[in-house]
Amino acid sequence: MTTANKLTIISIAIAIAIISLWYGQSNALLPVAASPEAEAVDGIFQLMMTVATGLFLLIEGVLIYSAIRFRKKPGDETDGPPVEGNVLIEIVWTAIPTVIVLIISIYSFDVYNAMGGLDPEASRDSGPQQVAEKTNSNQGLEGLIASVSDYLALGLGESPANRSKNLTPLSVDVNAIQYAFLFTYGESGVVSGELHVPVGQPVRLKITAGDVIHAFWVPQLRVKQDAVPGREAQISFTPQRTGEYPIICAELCGPYHGAMKTQLIVESQQAYQSWIDQQQVAQSQSLEDAVAVGQTDPLNAYAEEIGVNQQTLEQLPPHTH
Amino acid sequence: MQGSTVDESQTLNYSQTEAAAQEEEHPDLRMFGVVLFLVAESMIFLGLFSAYLIYASVMPQWPPEGTPKLELLLPGVNSIILISSSFVMHRGQSAIKKNDVSGLQFWFGLTALMGAIFLGGQLYEYANLEFGLTTNLFTSCFYVLTGFHGLHVTVGLLLILFVLQRSTRQGHYTSEKHFGVEASELYWHFVDVVWVILFGLVYLL
Amino acid sequence: MTTSAETSLSEQEEKRTWTDYFTFNTDHKVIGIQYLVTSFIFYLIGGALAAGIRTELATPESDFVSPELYNQMFTVHGTVMIFLWIVPAGAGLANYLIPLMIGAKDMAFPRLNAVAFWMIPPGGLLLMASFFVGAPQAGWTSYPPLSLMTGKAGEEIWILSILILGTSSILGAINFLATILKMRMPEMGFFDLPLFCWSMLATAAMILISTPVLAAALIMLSFDLIVDTSFFDPTGGGDPIVYQHMFWFYSHPAVYIMILPFFGAISEILPVHARKPIFGYRAIAFSSLAISFLGLIVWAHHMFSSGTPGWLRMFFMATTMIIAVPTGIKVFGWCATIWGGKIRLNSAMLFGMGFVSAFLIGGLSGVMLASVPFDIHVHDSYFIVAHLHYVLFGGSVLGLFAAIYHWFPKMTGKYLNETWGRIHFVLTFIGLNLTFLPMHQLGLEGMNRRIAIYDAEFQTLNIICTIGSYILAVSTFPFLINLVWSVLKGKKAGANPWKALTLEWQTASPPLIENFEEEPVLWSGPYDYGVDVSEENDQSVQELLSDVKADMS
Repeated sequence: MTTANKLTIISIAIAIAIISLWYGQSNALLPVAASPEAEAVDGIFQLMMTVATGLFLLIEGVLIYSAIRFRKKPGDETDGPPVEGNVLIEIVWTAIPTVIVLIISIYSFDVYNAMGGLDPEASRDSGPQQVAEKTNSNQGLEGLIASVSDYLALGLGESPANRSKNLTPLSVDVNAIQYAFLFTYGESGVVSGELHVPVGQPVRLKITAGDVIHAFWVPQLRVKQDAVPGREAQISFTPQRTGEYPIICAELCGPYHGAMKTQLIVESQQAYQSWIDQQQVAQSQSLEDAVAVGQTDPLNAYAEEIGVNQQTLEQLPPHTH
Repeated sequence: MQGSTVDESQTLNYSQTEAAAQEEEHPDLRMFGVVLFLVAESMIFLGLFSAYLIYASVMPQWPPEGTPKLELLLPGVNSIILISSSFVMHRGQSAIKKNDVSGLQFWFGLTALMGAIFLGGQLYEYANLEFGLTTNLFTSCFYVLTGFHGLHVTVGLLLILFVLQRSTRQGHYTSEKHFGVEASELYWHFVDVVWVILFGLVYLL
Repeated sequence: MTTSAETSLSEQEEKRTWTDYFTFNTDHKVIGIQYLVTSFIFYLIGGALAAGIRTELATPESDFVSPELYNQMFTVHGTVMIFLWIVPAGAGLANYLIPLMIGAKDMAFPRLNAVAFWMIPPGGLLLMASFFVGAPQAGWTSYPPLSLMTGKAGEEIWILSILILGTSSILGAINFLATILKMRMPEMGFFDLPLFCWSMLATAAMILISTPVLAAALIMLSFDLIVDTSFFDPTGGGDPIVYQHMFWFYSHPAVYIMILPFFGAISEILPVHARKPIFGYRAIAFSSLAISFLGLIVWAHHMFSSGTPGWLRMFFMATTMIIAVPTGIKVFGWCATIWGGKIRLNSAMLFGMGFVSAFLIGGLSGVMLASVPFDIHVHDSYFIVAHLHYVLFGGSVLGLFAAIYHWFPKMTGKYLNETWGRIHFVLTFIGLNLTFLPMHQLGLEGMNRRIAIYDAEFQTLNIICTIGSYILAVSTFPFLINLVWSVLKGKKAGANPWKALTLEWQTASPPLIENFEEEPVLWSGPYDYGVDVSEENDQSVQELLSDVKADMS
C-alpha cells in the first residue's frame, strides 16, 4: 500500500467518524425529552445513531465507489481477481460488530435498569388474573376491569435513583378502554380524561385495560406499556419539564385507534394542586361532567360513530381500593 | 386440517410407488420425507403443549377452581392399549421383512383393532365427563389436546386400514418394498409418543 | 441414466406448452413459474391496497375510506404481502433453481410439490373473498381479544387461509430439505453447493420448525372465535400474551424465511456480474445457518412493551443483538465480493447492489430496535413500519427483482430489456426511499402505526411518503411492459448468457423437461471466477489488491 493510499484511507475514516459523530449527536429526530429517563434513552439513541451513520456511510460508500471504479472497461471480457476470502479480514468484521452490539447491549441494560425496568416489583410477570365472570356480549365492559389487588405488575418500576432519594411517587390508575384513557387519582379520588402531574415528582401509573389490548405511550417520556386486559402493568417516570404532551394509544385497538389520544399535562405543584381541588369540587357535584372526555379530544368528531356516550362511561364501575 | 394433509401426502407417495419401481434413479426418499413431516407435526403438538404448560404455570390455580377431577382408570387402560399396539404393529413390519404377508395382515389387523378400542374408549370418556369444551380454560385445553391427538389416531387408523387393503393385492408388499408399512408404523409410533406426553401433562400433572 | 422407455416418453412431450402452466404439473420448473406468477399477481393486489392506505394517509382525517375499511386494508395488505407474495415467491425461486443447481432431474417429491403450489390459489382467493363478508380488521398479527371482537367471519376466513398457506409452505420446505440433502449429484459435496441452496436449507429448516406453532396458535384462536372457548380471552380466564408468544414464535422466523432466500440469490448474482468469487464462501454459508438458529430464539423482542418480564426482555435483547453478527458477515462479504471486480452494471446487478444498500438501512434500524429502552419508545410506531419495509421491500423485493433479471434468460431463453430494466430500478429505488425513509422520523417523533386518523403536525412527511408510494406503484409498469415485451420479442439468450458457473447454466435456456441433456459436469466450484486467468490479470487491479492478495492463503 502506498503512502498516498494510506493517507486517503485515513482521511476517509476521519471524515466518516466526524460526520457520524456530528449526525449522531445533533440530529433532531426525537421529540423533546421531558424526563431524565427520556434523556438516558436519547443517550443510547445517539450512540446507536452514530454507529449506524458510520456503517451506513462506509457501506454505501463502498457500493457507490465500486459501481464507479470497478465498472467493466469496454471490451474487457476477463474476470476479476480470484480473491476467495481472507481469514484475517473476516475475523475482523466478525469481531467488530460483536463488540459493538456488546457495548450497545450493556449500555441498554444499564439504562433499562436506571429506568426501573429491573425493579423486582415491576419486572416480573405474575401472570394474568382471573377476571370476573364472562359476559355474553363481547362488547360488555362490565366486570372486565381487573380487580386491583396487591400483586406484582409488569413494566417499568421505580428507578434505583428515585428509590434511594425516598421520594413518594404520585400513584395514578390508568384504565384504557375503546377509545379513551381514564385516570383515577388514588389519594384524591379524582377521575379524569387527562393526566395532570406535578413537575419533579415521580409518577407511578398502574395500567389496566377494559376491553382489548391498548398501550400507553408518551413520546416525550420515551415510555410505552401495553395495557393487557386481565393484567396490571406499571410504569414510572419523573417529569422534569412542564408542558403538554400527547398520550397515545400504541396498540391497534379498533377502527378509531388513531383517535385514542389525550394529554399529559406537567405543571407546577401549585397549578396541579389547584387542578385537583377544582376536580374534587366538580366531581362532588356531578360525576358525569368530570368523566366526560376533554373538549380537545380528537375522538369527539367520531364519538357518534363509535357509540361512546355518557351511558357507556357510566357503565364503568368505580374503582375500589 | 393438518391431519388431512398427512393423508394426502401419504396417498400420493403410495401412487408413486409404481413409478419409482420402474426407474430407480434416486434413492427412495419417501421415508425421509415422512420423518420431516413428523418434525413439523411434532412442532404443532409442542406448540399446544407449551401453551398448556404456560397456562399451568402462570395461572393462580391449575386446574381452575371447581374443575371436576379426571377419572384415571379408563384413560390409563386406554393408554396401555395404545402403547402396546405400537409393539404389536412392529411385529407386522418384522413379518413383512420375512415376506410374510399374512403375518403383516394379522398384526396390523390387531393394531387397527386396538386403535379403534382406544378411540372408542376416548369417546366413552368424553360422553361421561362432567365438563364441556367451554367450561373453563383447563377443560378447553383438555378437549383440544385430546381431540387433536384423537384426530391423529384416526388418521393413523385409516392409514393402517389402507395398508391392509393394499396388502390383499398380490405382491404389493414384499420384504424389499413396503414403504406403506414403514410409514404408517412410524406415524403410529409418533402418535403413541405424543399420547404419552399428553397423558403425563393433562392427566397426571 | 435415462432408460429407453423414458426417452420415448420425453420425446412425446418434449415441448412445454403454455397450457401446462395451468395444470397440475409435477415439473419443478413449471411449478416454480406458477409460484412466481401467482405471487406476482398477489403483489399487484397487495400493492393496490398499499396505495389505498397511503392515499388515506395523505390527510390527517379519515376521509378516503372509513376507518373500518382502512383497518381491513392494512390487515389484508400485510397478509397478502407476507403469505402470498414474498414467501411463495421465494418458494418459487427455490423450486425453479434447486434441482438445476444441484444437477437433479426434479425435486424429491414432485407430486407433493404440485400439491403445495395448488394450495396457494385457493388460500389466496379465500382471503380475497373475505372482503365480501367484511375482511379481518385486527392487523396481520391478529392479536386477541381484538381479533375475537371485530369481523368474526373475516377473521375465521383469515385463519383458514393462513392455515392453508402455512401447510403449503411446510410441504414445500419438506421438499427443499429432502432435495438439497439427498439429491445432489454424487460428486457435489456440501461445500460445492451454491449459496442459494445453503440459504434454502436454513429457510426450510425454519419453516419446518416454526410454521406448525403458528398453526397451533391459529387452531386455538379459531376455537375462541367459533365455539367460545377462552384460550386467549381474559374474560374467561385466558391469556392474550400466550397467543403473542406463539404467534411470534412463527412470525419472527417468518422474517428470516422471507429474507434468507434472497440473501442466497444475492450471493449468486453479485459474483456473476462482478466476475469475482464470493468473498468468504464458508462464512456466508454458515451465517445462514446461524441466522436460522438465532432467528428461532428472538421472538419476544416483538413484545418488549407487552407482557414480558424484565429479565426476559434482557435475554431477548441479547439474542437479537447477536443476529447482527452473521448478518454483518453477509453484508461485508457482498461488499468485498464486488470490490475490485469487473462489474457489469446491468439491471440484475443494479437491483443486487440496491438490495445491499436498502437492506443495510433495515439491518441498522433492526439493531437499534433490539435495544430494549429504545424499542419501548418506538415500538408500534412508524419507525417499525419503516424498518420492516426496508427489510422486506428493500431486502426481499429488490432481491427478488434482481433474481428475476438474473434468471429470466434461463427461464425463458430471452433477455429482459436493459433500458426498461434500468427505468424500473430507478423508479423503484427512488420510490422505496421516498416512501419509507421519512417514516423513521415519523415514528421517532411519535406517530403510531395502524391509524387512519393522525395528528396534523405529521402531514408533510406523510405526503412525501404518499408521493413515494405512487412512484412505487408506477414503477411496476415498466417491469410489466418489459416482461411481456421480452417474452414475445426479447433478444435470444444462449444457455449461459452471463458466463456463470453454477450448474443451472449448463443446460439449455429454457431447460429441457428433465433439466439436463446429459449428466452435468462439476468442473469448477460455483464461484471460481477468474481462477484460471489469475496470471494474466489486469495490472492496475493487481496493484490495487496487492496487499489483499498477499494475505491470501
